[in-house]
Amino acid sequence: MIGGISLKLEEKQITNKNTSSFAEKSKYTLKKIFVSEYFILYLSLAYFFILVPFVPGLASASNIMNLFSNMWPMLTIAIGQTIVLIVAGIDLSQTATLGITSIIGAMVMSTGIDPALLETSPLWGWFITEQGGVLAGTSMAIPIGIVIMLTVGTLIGWFNGIAIAKFKITAFMVTLVSQMFFGALAIYLSTSQNIMNLPKAFSAIGTEGIGIIPFSLVIAVVLGIVAHIILSSTVLGRWLYSTGTNIKSSIVSGVPTDKVVIFAYMFSGFCTSVGAILYSARLGMGRPTLGDNMLMDIIGATVIGGTSMFGGKGKVLWTVFGVFFFVLLSNTLNLLNLSYFTINIVKGAIIVVAAFIDVTRTRIIAKGL
Amino acid sequence: MSKTVLELKNISKSFFGIAALKNVEFSVKEGQVISLIGENGAGKSTLMNIIGGVLKPDGGEMKLQDQNYIPNTPKDAAEAGIEFIHQELNLFPNLSIADNMFITKFPKVSQTPIIDKANIRNHTKEMLQAVDLKVSPDTLVENLSPGERQLVEIAKAISSDPQILIFDEPTTSLTAKETERLFELINSLRTRGKAIIYISHILADVMNISDEIVVLRDGQVTDKGLKKDFTIDRMICSMVGRDIKQLYPERKSQPTDEIALKLENVSQPGTVHNISFELNKGEVLGIFGLMGSGRSELARIIFGLDPHETGKISIDGDKVCGISPKNSIENKLAFVTENRREEGLLMDVSIAENMGLVTLTKYASKLTKVIKKTSLYDQVKKVGELLKLKSGDIEKYPPKSLSGGNQQKVVIGKWLMTSPKVLIVDEPTRGIDVGAKYEVYSIINDLAAQGTGVLMISSELEELMGTCDRILVMNKGEIISEFSKTGFTQKNIMRAAFRQDAV
Repeated sequence: MIGGISLKLEEKQITNKNTSSFAEKSKYTLKKIFVSEYFILYLSLAYFFILVPFVPGLASASNIMNLFSNMWPMLTIAIGQTIVLIVAGIDLSQTATLGITSIIGAMVMSTGIDPALLETSPLWGWFITEQGGVLAGTSMAIPIGIVIMLTVGTLIGWFNGIAIAKFKITAFMVTLVSQMFFGALAIYLSTSQNIMNLPKAFSAIGTEGIGIIPFSLVIAVVLGIVAHIILSSTVLGRWLYSTGTNIKSSIVSGVPTDKVVIFAYMFSGFCTSVGAILYSARLGMGRPTLGDNMLMDIIGATVIGGTSMFGGKGKVLWTVFGVFFFVLLSNTLNLLNLSYFTINIVKGAIIVVAAFIDVTRTRIIAKGL
Repeated sequence: MSKTVLELKNISKSFFGIAALKNVEFSVKEGQVISLIGENGAGKSTLMNIIGGVLKPDGGEMKLQDQNYIPNTPKDAAEAGIEFIHQELNLFPNLSIADNMFITKFPKVSQTPIIDKANIRNHTKEMLQAVDLKVSPDTLVENLSPGERQLVEIAKAISSDPQILIFDEPTTSLTAKETERLFELINSLRTRGKAIIYISHILADVMNISDEIVVLRDGQVTDKGLKKDFTIDRMICSMVGRDIKQLYPERKSQPTDEIALKLENVSQPGTVHNISFELNKGEVLGIFGLMGSGRSELARIIFGLDPHETGKISIDGDKVCGISPKNSIENKLAFVTENRREEGLLMDVSIAENMGLVTLTKYASKLTKVIKKTSLYDQVKKVGELLKLKSGDIEKYPPKSLSGGNQQKVVIGKWLMTSPKVLIVDEPTRGIDVGAKYEVYSIINDLAAQGTGVLMISSELEELMGTCDRILVMNKGEIISEFSKTGFTQKNIMRAAFRQDAV
């Protein structure tokens, strides 16, 4: 009760501040930006504009195009992670899902595979041949390839979800095992080789677009809007949040928590395979190690956006900002021509600072301005 | 005339311009138990936090042994000889009693960083003897009953030989036997000259243990005097500021003959055995039992949260229940759980969302499952008004911002949204103040008058006697006797509940 009263009073104080002197007004505006849910976006934009004079080519049209083209596939995957984090879970298997769906899709669609590279694959001779994948050249190769990729990703999610919801194994263990298993399976099936010669029409998904709007943008935005509507407006969305906030209360209230958790992981697997489609199309190949080194970027971007690792709190829009921040960070560091290791060191440092700012911010919000 | 140990003069404190305490004055003498009572939000916690050095008063002064007492931190309070005994919240269940006792000040083996285990074990043994608790110092706290944990807390508090002991709601989770034991201990502390401040909602306990009673309302001392001049009625009047003739609102309706809920030979090994009863529409049926008697477990089985091996649970004639919460909800069964924080509410989510959680599907479009927010929230607001819910904007504020009584109304409201045919309430008034209790009883009465069957589970016998048409007594997982309204006597029901323990 005291909490409620104090919040109200704070509001009053804010409105009072609003009408006072200019200095106070600007201080108030700054504070408002600081606690706004768009904060990470503001931070990213500030970072961008501050670095423009120092980083050659940062603001060039080609770089901005490049920046965004890096953003869309990562965003689709991070949206999946967001939903899993909301139900108080975590999906470590996303990177392995990327790899396995990428090579399976390629093994369906490729129009020619080098025997020197893949002859030792257990699938050689019946599923994949010198002429390419199993459906190589047929008119249905691309749609069926895409459907298979989406199905495999969703099935891995289903598998994770069942193990977590029904068998009550912790999400960390289940998805770590999935990561190891499917990551290794991808390498086993592809003998650790990239599978080249994906059809041109498939590659177009990752490289072309409608006018200046790339297909990958359209796909990521549509997926984002669907996820946003599920979370904000549907019964399922409320259930996702309530399960993540307090699973015991949710069970008593008749929320089908098992199904909700399974859905979250299936959705994550689905989103990841969409990401795999975008990446594979852009590279024009199936790559078993597609997701290597990406896991921490995905989880990091989602959490920096504001989604809580303890469940019950998160938004698609926040994840969009978080991913933008991460992609921008990698982009600027690449443009500075730093080595891979230096990039990681600097990235780590910036993420710590961002996380610290975020914690401070949350504390200020909790106190009321 | 014994010596005054702690004296408070004109203590005032306000938060954001709202007074939490206004000119509070009282004093505690050696060998005296002062009870501090008041509704939630009356200022008891604020006052204790001031004495404990957590908060600083805006005005007034405190004197400890005639010296000015200005604590800046809880540590100052402890050093000045003031110890708090909270509900069993401050112990680490995964550690042993000995580890808990010395957690802040582990003695080391001479100069090494190694803990002197033999030393703490011996000390703990002595400390446990002081409270007459016969368990090994190595026992893990999680293996102790709530009453034993309370004794451990007390042992910890008195080990530093404080002058003043403050008990904050010590009996809420204790059985009658454990409470008795606690009172014996408090009495012996009193005879040893300790000054004791006792805070409780349980007025019968207050009558039992106090020398003097201080009543707080809206931050002011509204009544103060010797125990012998007090009655429970006077305490309630002073606490709520209005005249409640009775603690319990009058029932205006009679139970019908139609059966709402029926249990036939329900058993689950280890928890309940061969339970059969019928609950009629419009009836309030009480289930009384001591802790561990299986009363809460039975509720969970009826609602389908826990399984049952044999027997049949049916609602409204032929609909089988006890399968899953979802099935129960579909059959219009509602369950207000014992622990509202853990199983009733989403503490950080808005009140409106909490109240809408069970009925979401009813207010969603069939095809897209998009929630019709306006109609859902309109209904939520209606139920909120019906329950006289006192809160800020329900779409904005979470239950965390509410008092215990209003939190409980949110849980009840969540279930009223489903218009239940049978409502199970488990400890519906735990930790809420007298005024809110009265309101909860009124809600139960109203529901019964509308034909809802209410199954009320409680460890407070008086409230069952005041509210129910019939009371079933459980002991060791079985229903061992039944009392109808005319046969309610505290003595008989208690005797039944204790029956097998006494053998």
